[in-house]
Parts: sequence; C-alpha cells; structure tokens
Amino acid sequence: MSNERKIYGIAALFTKPDDIIKAASKVANLGYSKWDVNTPYLLHGMDNAMKLKPSKIGFIALFMGLIGAATALSLAYFTNSIDFPLVIGGKPFFAFPAYIPVTFELTVLFATVSTVIAMLTIFFKFPSNNHVLHDTPYMKKVSLDRYGIVIESADPKFEQSKVEELLRSFGPESIETIYHKEEVKFPIFEPKFISFLILTAIAVSAGTYITLNKLMFMVPFNWMMYQDKIIPQSRTELFEDERGMRLPVEGTVAKGFIPYTYMGIDEPQEYLSNPLLPSIDNLKLGEKKYLTYCSPCHGNFGDGDSRLKGQFPNPPTIHSQRIRSFEDGRLYHIITIGKNIMPSYAAQISREERWAIVNYIRVLQKAKNSTASELEMIIKETGKNVAN
Amino acid sequence: MSVDYTIEPPVVHGRLSLAQIEEMVAKPLDTKPGKKFYIALSISGTFLMTGVVLLLITFYYGVGMWGNNQPVGWAFPIVNLVFWIGIGHAGTLISAILFLLRQKWRTGIARFAEAMTIFAVMCAALFPLIHVGRPWLAGYLMPYPNQHGMWVNFSSPLVWDVFAISTYFIVSLIFWYIGLIPDFATLRDRTTSKIKKTIYSLFSLGWRHSHRHWQHYEKTYTLLAGFATPLVLSVHTIISFDFAVSLVPGWHSTIFPPYFVAGAIFSGFAMVATVLILVRKIFDLQQIITLDHLEKMNKIILVTSMMVGLAYGTELFIAWYSGVTVEKFVFLNRAFGPYAWAYWIMISCNVLFPQLFWIRKIRRSIPIMMVIVILVNVGMWFERFVIIVVSLTRDFLPSSWGMYTPTLYDLGILLGSFGLFFTLVILFTKALPVISISEIKAVSDGAQPSYHRSEDYE
Ligand code: HEC
Repeated sequence: MSNERKIYGIAALFTKPDDIIKAASKVANLGYSKWDVNTPYLLHGMDNAMKLKPSKIGFIALFMGLIGAATALSLAYFTNSIDFPLVIGGKPFFAFPAYIPVTFELTVLFATVSTVIAMLTIFFKFPSNNHVLHDTPYMKKVSLDRYGIVIESADPKFEQSKVEELLRSFGPESIETIYHKEEVKFPIFEPKFISFLILTAIAVSAGTYITLNKLMFMVPFNWMMYQDKIIPQSRTELFEDERGMRLPVEGTVAKGFIPYTYMGIDEPQEYLSNPLLPSIDNLKLGEKKYLTYCSPCHGNFGDGDSRLKGQFPNPPTIHSQRIRSFEDGRLYHIITIGKNIMPSYAAQISREERWAIVNYIRVLQKAKNSTASELEMIIKETGKNVAN
Repeated sequence: MSVDYTIEPPVVHGRLSLAQIEEMVAKPLDTKPGKKFYIALSISGTFLMTGVVLLLITFYYGVGMWGNNQPVGWAFPIVNLVFWIGIGHAGTLISAILFLLRQKWRTGIARFAEAMTIFAVMCAALFPLIHVGRPWLAGYLMPYPNQHGMWVNFSSPLVWDVFAISTYFIVSLIFWYIGLIPDFATLRDRTTSKIKKTIYSLFSLGWRHSHRHWQHYEKTYTLLAGFATPLVLSVHTIISFDFAVSLVPGWHSTIFPPYFVAGAIFSGFAMVATVLILVRKIFDLQQIITLDHLEKMNKIILVTSMMVGLAYGTELFIAWYSGVTVEKFVFLNRAFGPYAWAYWIMISCNVLFPQLFWIRKIRRSIPIMMVIVILVNVGMWFERFVIIVVSLTRDFLPSSWGMYTPTLYDLGILLGSFGLFFTLVILFTKALPVISISEIKAVSDGAQPSYHRSEDYE
C-alpha cells in the first residue's frame, strides 16, 4: 500500500459488544464528530453511547400518511361526487363512511413507501456501493461477527498518531488504516452502453406497439369485440331475407306512432301547419337540435358551409329566396322525408323537435336577411344592440 | 454484571457462535441443493403447470369451464381468495405484531413467515383477477382518468378489496425487503462468486452495518411494524365486508370482521407451521427454529381455534335469537342440508382437533402436530366454502335455489395455486436466507452488551 494514497480513516475491531460500547462512548465524549460504529446487528445501548439524537424519520411517516389520507378522500370526493356522480344503493354522493377503508389503505401505503424511500435516500444516501469501506477486510469482519469503530480523517480533530493511540488504548483485536480508493471513471459514451440503451429503447417500443396494436386484436383477447351473435346491420344465413335486423311484423304499429300522411310524396298539395309558438324555450330546443342534426351539412347559420370537408355534397344555403318562401309545413316535410340526397330525419328527431327546428330556421333566415328598418325596430323593442 | 432478566429459554439452542449461526443459515445458499430439493421442486412445479394449463384453457374458452353458475356466482375463485389472503396474515402477525410485543422467539420464523405472506397474497390476488374472466382488462379496477370518463365506485367493497390487497402486498414486500438489506450485505461480504457478489451488492444498496444507519433503520422498522399491524387487521376486515355489506342470509353479519381476522391468523399459523416443520428438517435448522417455537405457535393455534369456535357459536346463537326465519334456515341448512359434510369437516378440523393442543405432549410431538395443522388448513378452506358457496345455494327464494359442483378446472386451478405457493417457497429457501441473519445474531446468547447505567457513558 503506497503512502501517497489519502487516508480515509483508522479502524479498530473488537470481539465483545461491551468493549465497543465503551470505546464508542469514550470517542463520543472526546468530541469527535466524523466517526462511526459498524456492527453485524443492531446493538442495544449504542444510541446512548454514541450520543445520537433520536431519529426524526417518524415525522416523514406522519406527514406523508396525512397526505395519503387527503389524497384518498379528495380522489373519492372528486370522482364520485363531482366528476362522475352515480346513485348507488341510495347512498349520498359523498358517502364518507364508505370512503374510510380506502382512506386508511392509502394512508398506510403513502406512509410506508415514503418512509422507506426517505430512509434509504435521504438518511442513508443509498445506493452507495462504492463507499470506501466496502471490500476492506474491516468490512468483511464487521459483516460477520466483529464490532468495529472508524474515526474518519475528515474529522477536524483527526491526527493519525493520536487517533491510533486512542484506539489502541481500548484494547482492540486489531487496528487498520483505511485508504481512499482510486477513483474509477465510467465513461458514458461507451459503445457497449450506448448499444444497450438503443436495444432497450427498440425492445420497449416494439413490445408496446405489438401489445397495444396487435396482441389486443388477437384471439382470445378480442373476444369481447367479436362475439358469436348477430349484430345490427350484419348479414346472416339464419333468415330468408338474410338481414341481421328483423322487420316488424306486418301490420304492427310502434307505440305512440302517428302515421304521416304525406310519406313518399315529394311535394304535397298542402302542408301541415306549425303547432309550436316561437317561444324562447322552443327556439332554444330548435337551436340545440339544429346544431346537432342539421349543422354538420348546412353549417351553423345555414349558409351551406358544411363541416364534412367534401365527404358529402354541400347543400344549398337556406337563405335563398326560394327556401325563405317555403311554408313551415314544407320545411317540416323535408326534415321528415328528406330531399333528394338529404336523408330523412324522422327516426332521430321527434315531431315536436322538428317543428322547433323549423322555427329556428325562421330565426336564422330572419337574422341574416332583415332590412335596416326591421333591425331598427328590433333595437327599439328589445333595447338591445342586435347588430353586435 | 450480566444478569438474565428473562425466564425464557434461549432463542437459539446450543450456544452457537455468531459465525456458526451465519454458516448455518447461509448454507443452503452456498451449497448445491440436494436430491430432496429437486424432488420437491418437481412436484410443486407439476402442480403449478397443471394450474397454468387449465387457466390458459379457461382464458381461451371462458369461465364457463368452471362450476360457477346461478345462483353460485362466487364459488371457488372467491373461496380460494379468502383462503390465501388468510394464510398471508400469519406472516404479518409474526413479523409485525410479535415484533411490537418484543417476542424474541419470532426471530427464527419471521423471515419465513413474511415470505409466505408475500407468496400467499400473490396466490390470493390471482383469483379475483381470473374470476373476472378477462384478467388483461383488470386495469379498469384502478381509478385513472380514462376515455370512458368513468371512475371506480369508492363505496363498493370490491374496490376496497383492490386497495386493501394491493396495499397489503406492497407494504409486505417493502417490509420484507427492508429486513433483507443487512442480510444482503452480509452475504455480499461472505460470498466468493463474482456474479453472486454483484447481485447481493445491488440489493444491499451498499449497506455497511453502520450504527448511524441502524438507528434510523430500527425506527423505520418499528414504524412499519406499527403500520402493518392495523393494515393486516384491515385487510381481512375489508375482505369480510365483501360479504357482510351484502344482504345474502349467512353473509349479512356484523361479527364477520373479527371472525374473519381470527380465522385468518388461525389458518395462517397452521400453514406457517406446516412449512416450517418441513424446512427445519430439510435444512437442519432445529437449533434456530426450535421445538419451543413450534410449541408457541401451537398455543396460538389453540387460542385462535377457540376464537373461531366462539364465532361459529355466536353466529348460531344470533340466528336463533334474531328470530329471522331465513337466518335460522341458513344455519340449519349448513348443518343438515345437502352440504352438511362440508360443515362438519369445518367444525371438526377447526374446533375439535386443535383442542388436542391442550396436552403438552401433543404440542411438542412433531408428527401429531403436522397432522393437526394440515387438518386445520383443510378445515379453514372448508370454512370459506361453507360461508360462500352454501349460503349462495339457498337464499330467500326457494325457486332460485340451486346446487354447486366444482369442475375439474376448479380443482386443478386450486391445485395450481398450491403449486405456485410451494414453488415460490422452495425457490425462496434456496435463493435467500430463510432466517434473518442479523436478527438471529442479535438475539443469540451474549450478543447484546450487558446492562449499563447511563453514568457509564459520561
Ligand atoms: C347529411 C348532410 C345533411 C344534413 C345532416 C341535413 N341536410 Fe338538408 N340538405 C342536404 C343536401 C345535400 C341538400 C340538397 C338536396 C338537393 O336538393 O339535392 C339539402 C337540402 C335541404 C333543404 C332545401 C331543400 C330544397 O328543396 O332545396 C332544406 C330546407 C334542408 N336541407 C333542411 C335541413 C334540415 C332542417 C336539416 C336538419 C334536420 C338538414 N337539412 C340536415 C344535406 C343535409
């Protein structure tokens, strides 16, 4: 061992627990600060001998436990009372007693995990596999059945000869000087390491891709998606007409059905008259339904500016003179049976809603095509600046 | 001045030196395993593979392969879940509760019991997952913001289960690992093989037996024991809520939580005893896992057996005293109905046979002990069968009564769970020290300093 190497500290080994306790309390009394005792197991009474302050780790447990409880309660509150409230068994949306089990579990979980992580990383500064003491004969012995004490050179009171003398005075089994290790540098850009990283990245992305995009669509993982049953719109050999969906038995009428007498006639002689008043409620309903069912093709204001980006032919504007002159009943008729390539909306939109849409179309038409004098009148009557 | 303040017999027999103790515990890790090891491993491995194959078939064709059907929808998977979770409880009890009570004798068996907890919880967690039929969709059990805009229902006992079991598993694993750190360091320093040394160094995290660390370590260990104690009670309480919170006659009962916890400890101790008897024999650990320890465990088995018996009695009494017709019927049906055999297996194995432990000779006789603890395991499995299956077969409406018969798949998967458990146990005995080296050293004779007055430190 060359003398140029820096001394880490001087260590002494003892065979009896009593000896080490005595040595430790003497060293502590002499006022050394950077020193340590290494024992193969926990020696009772050493805390006092070394004059260690009680461990503060309990505060972390307390704090994180409370955080865990708060997390559980607020998660349950947010999810079951605010974001996704469901009536379950008549319980209130915030069923506190029912949240206690989860709150308790998360309290314990948070406290445990964070105490341990704090102990290992903050208190112990682990991992420290290349600490100087590792792989010394001293370490091997305290790992087995000896009790050791090390006084570090970093201690302000450290003086090699003095410390050695002090330790010898305790009557140890042996004394050892421990030197700093030569530092080993691990270059980051080593080809092996880089290729390892690249391989891991490829493996992880390939694995993720295959699981999410291929595996989940393979037997048996896809069996919830593809089941042995006839679904709507599908073909089947089971029935003569090969339709998956059955037609109602001839002559049956659905509940609440009122026959529409102009079915199949493109332009009836006379139309139904509008039973709905253009009240605020009706117009609100009409607006809602128009925006849902008509606006994708006709545009939000009926200008024929479809949002379908060419997937369906653009309809004409509803502000043309021709359509403005339509009777209410005619618009109703168009919604009910469709017009050329525009399909019928009778199945989706109830009768009342259809009339509400008609009223709303009238509003749109009026709004876009009123004369200046009409606008002035509206401003006068409502006191609002309609132009905005 | 060294005075022995305890009248307890020494924890380690035969005045072994610290080095001898370490040698004894670490031997299975340093030597090539014998024939017995491979025979045991191949048997348990066969069981495990049987279970795996049957499970794969089940995943392919669906849970229709099992006997579960109306009205018994819960059947074997849930019976096995409760059974295995119960087994796990003994480990935490031994490692945490006995630690807090400063029972030195726990040292010899704690590590093993903790390992068994972890393996048992793994077996237990398997069953609710396969019971849903499509276990790869089990992620939905966790509350996370998803594309459906839905959340789990925090007032459901089944969601409590998810939290209880996963917390229990994580905490047990951490507790176990924390206990292992000093042992990994010791193994790292004694091994001569380079590969082993790397592995041990990795897991020891660079532990260097420093007392400045031991101090926080002990505090943390005590804290964790303090957390694990209410946790273990809560886990089986929550499991019992699965039943108690429902309205099925035979389930809807307020004594379920304490009754289930007592049963869990009872069955868990029986399982720990079963495995320990074998392990101490196979690995020659008689001096560390002594007969005294086994006797103490038998005493606990006796106590918990009587607690379970008391619960059975209370249930019967309340059924009669409540005057509820359905309740009364349920208990008559258990004892004299079509599944009466299961009920009487449960009563005899759980309440009658353990009474033999009143006799000291039997408490200290290994063969008899072995028979009794195995019977207890059987009895406790049937207890869950009686509670879950028999209650479901006949509830309020006679028109919806039905019988339940397990299929070969049910039995095979149960066998498979035993295979999983024992395979893990066997591999554990080879891979890690089955006894905490640092703890057992600390409780051996003369390991602790003699009593000091505080002036000695001045
Ligand atoms: C799938 C796209 C689409 C939707 C949705 C749609 N339409 Fe049409 N609509 C059209 C097309 C295309 C035309 C032009 C038809 C033609 O004459 O060839 C049209 C024409 C019309 C006309 C004029 C008919 C005529 O005689 O010129 C009216 C009025 C009309 N739609 C009202 C509605 C109403 C009200 C709704 C909501 C219930 C609606 N449309 C929903 C595509 C749509």
